[in-house]
Amino acid sequence: MSVGASVVLRVDDLATLITRLSELGYEVKGPVVRAGAIVSGALSGVGDLPKGVHDEQGPGEYRIAHGDDDHLFDWAVGPSGWKPEFFPPHDELWRARVGDGHVELVEIPDEPRPLAVVGARPCEAAALGVLDRVFIDGAHRDTRYVERRENAFVAVVECSSPAATCFCDSMSSGPNIEVGFDLALTELDDDDGHRFLARVGSVRALAALEGVAFVLASAVDFSARDAVLEGARRRMVRHLDVDGLAGVLARNLEHPRWAEVAERCLSCGNCTLVCPTCFCSDVRDATDLDGDVVRQRTWSSCFSVDHSYLHGGAVRPTTQSRYRQWMTHKLSSWWDQFDTTGCVGCGRCVAWCPVGIDLTEEAAAIVRFDGVTSVTRPSVRSHL
Amino acid sequence: MASATEFSVPRSALTPALYRVVARGRETADVVTLWLESLDGERLSFRSGQFNMLSALGVGEVAVSVSGSPSDPGPLRHTVRDVGAVTHALCSCDVGDVIGVRGPFGTDWGVTGNATPHDTVVVAGGIGLAPLRGAVEELAAAQREGAGRVFVLVGAREPDQMVFLDDLAEWEKAGVVVLITVDRPAPGWSGRVGLVTTLLANAGFDARHCRVLICGPEIMMRFTARALNELGVDLASIWVSLERNMQCGLGWCGHCQLGPLLLCRDGPVVNYLEASALMNERER
Repeated sequence: MSVGASVVLRVDDLATLITRLSELGYEVKGPVVRAGAIVSGALSGVGDLPKGVHDEQGPGEYRIAHGDDDHLFDWAVGPSGWKPEFFPPHDELWRARVGDGHVELVEIPDEPRPLAVVGARPCEAAALGVLDRVFIDGAHRDTRYVERRENAFVAVVECSSPAATCFCDSMSSGPNIEVGFDLALTELDDDDGHRFLARVGSVRALAALEGVAFVLASAVDFSARDAVLEGARRRMVRHLDVDGLAGVLARNLEHPRWAEVAERCLSCGNCTLVCPTCFCSDVRDATDLDGDVVRQRTWSSCFSVDHSYLHGGAVRPTTQSRYRQWMTHKLSSWWDQFDTTGCVGCGRCVAWCPVGIDLTEEAAAIVRFDGVTSVTRPSVRSHL
Repeated sequence: MASATEFSVPRSALTPALYRVVARGRETADVVTLWLESLDGERLSFRSGQFNMLSALGVGEVAVSVSGSPSDPGPLRHTVRDVGAVTHALCSCDVGDVIGVRGPFGTDWGVTGNATPHDTVVVAGGIGLAPLRGAVEELAAAQREGAGRVFVLVGAREPDQMVFLDDLAEWEKAGVVVLITVDRPAPGWSGRVGLVTTLLANAGFDARHCRVLICGPEIMMRFTARALNELGVDLASIWVSLERNMQCGLGWCGHCQLGPLLLCRDGPVVNYLEASALMNERER
């Protein structure tokens, strides 16, 4: 067998794969149910996966439901995603002891066990690709991120059940995945039984599959995969027309819709916390009573006033300017900065917004009134 | 115990090198110049207009432009205005204190190693002269070697906020056209009173063939560029140094965004053709 090969795994084989990854030294993590949501957690076996669990999502809504089926991946995305594993919410970079006229400064090593993710979604793998553009492909490589990323094994499971908040099809980041994985799984359940089509994307995956019982995939399995993906696409109700969108947003910075959405937006930053591509961070010093200094890097959000602080005050003091910054960054200036989209269509910002602001709806509203700057707000609203 | 710096390999771009303050000078009531030497004996290679991230250990890190010249073999030179917690700690450093330095980062004025036969006009507002100081040193040296004329136009709010008075006198002696003005006079001030834009028309530079380097408050840069344009200066010949919150210098922290730009990477020096629209957008 070689990279590019496709095999069929039964649920028992998936269990063997999880054990095998653990034996290879990986810390195996995957989707687990905790606190009423599907979040990332440790996997000791198939039993930890969300069997028969489904998610219902809408603007400002997320809940899970338990069915009596035995499907493991019949849900869309939970709030946590995989970003925290590669870009920790809080990181300590170095420690310095400041004495009388001398300083000892030592980097704090970052040596987690290599991570194996079993059950990332295609949009989440795409999001890691977006983060790679920021932390790996620029003039400066973030060695801490690079190490975590290079050591990780990523098994993606294609989407069969998008939520009402999903729009990966519009962003070309799902429900299927063609590149950027070690192993790509599709959960199949038809006359041929409950099984996974597994496509091998790396030499690492070959090693992981050693000793795992499987049969080579046939045309029947690929047809079954096509049916799963087609069903997923058909069920995807949310769309974002990205054709020309970056340019439209860039030239509509004074659009009345920004003021309108700012009346609803709480500027809470939830969307940036659940977003799998948001990468902003604060770099700060903490000191202890011994006088030791620890330089820390912590996630930050463009919805906080401090984010744009310059001496004298914030550059973006209003919710309007902060929402505009966030959305135009995701869908427009991200292209200028990193030659890629900043949005993968996972819909988390829609589901986890406490007031249900929908990125796709806001973008469409601006496209619809492209060039409007002086229309009074009530008349715009009446058209939406 | 000798000063020790230990690093795991590879050293993270977020880990500073340690520098000792070897000299300190007060420029104005709230502006201090620090001269810094690396504890490792390394010399930092930079181009005029670039910045470093300076760490006051235990307080934090800020972006500060280098105020020295790349051709100056002496210690690294930074001029800092006391406007917040970190800059206050930096301004309070004594000779012998150790601070962290990462850099250099960002774009430069395009002056280093790039002499031109045409005039170069440097326009600074207040502390805005600091990121331009190295460029003026280089331009003055190039002028002596036969390159184009140099004009330094400086405006300050009040006479006691004018920085680098000794340098301005030196540059004038070296043949640079130096014009200074203040917004508000004070007792003892016999010089010009008015905004820096009032210096432009009669400075004597060739508006059709010149490059202009501006650093100051955004409103000052906008009005200066507009006035220059009215005098016939092509907007593409104007460069400005822009500022946003910066926490990494590496394009990772996201704080320094200005529309399509990450100013730590695509700035701080930006051509005015690109900068003008961005500077005219409210709360961008």
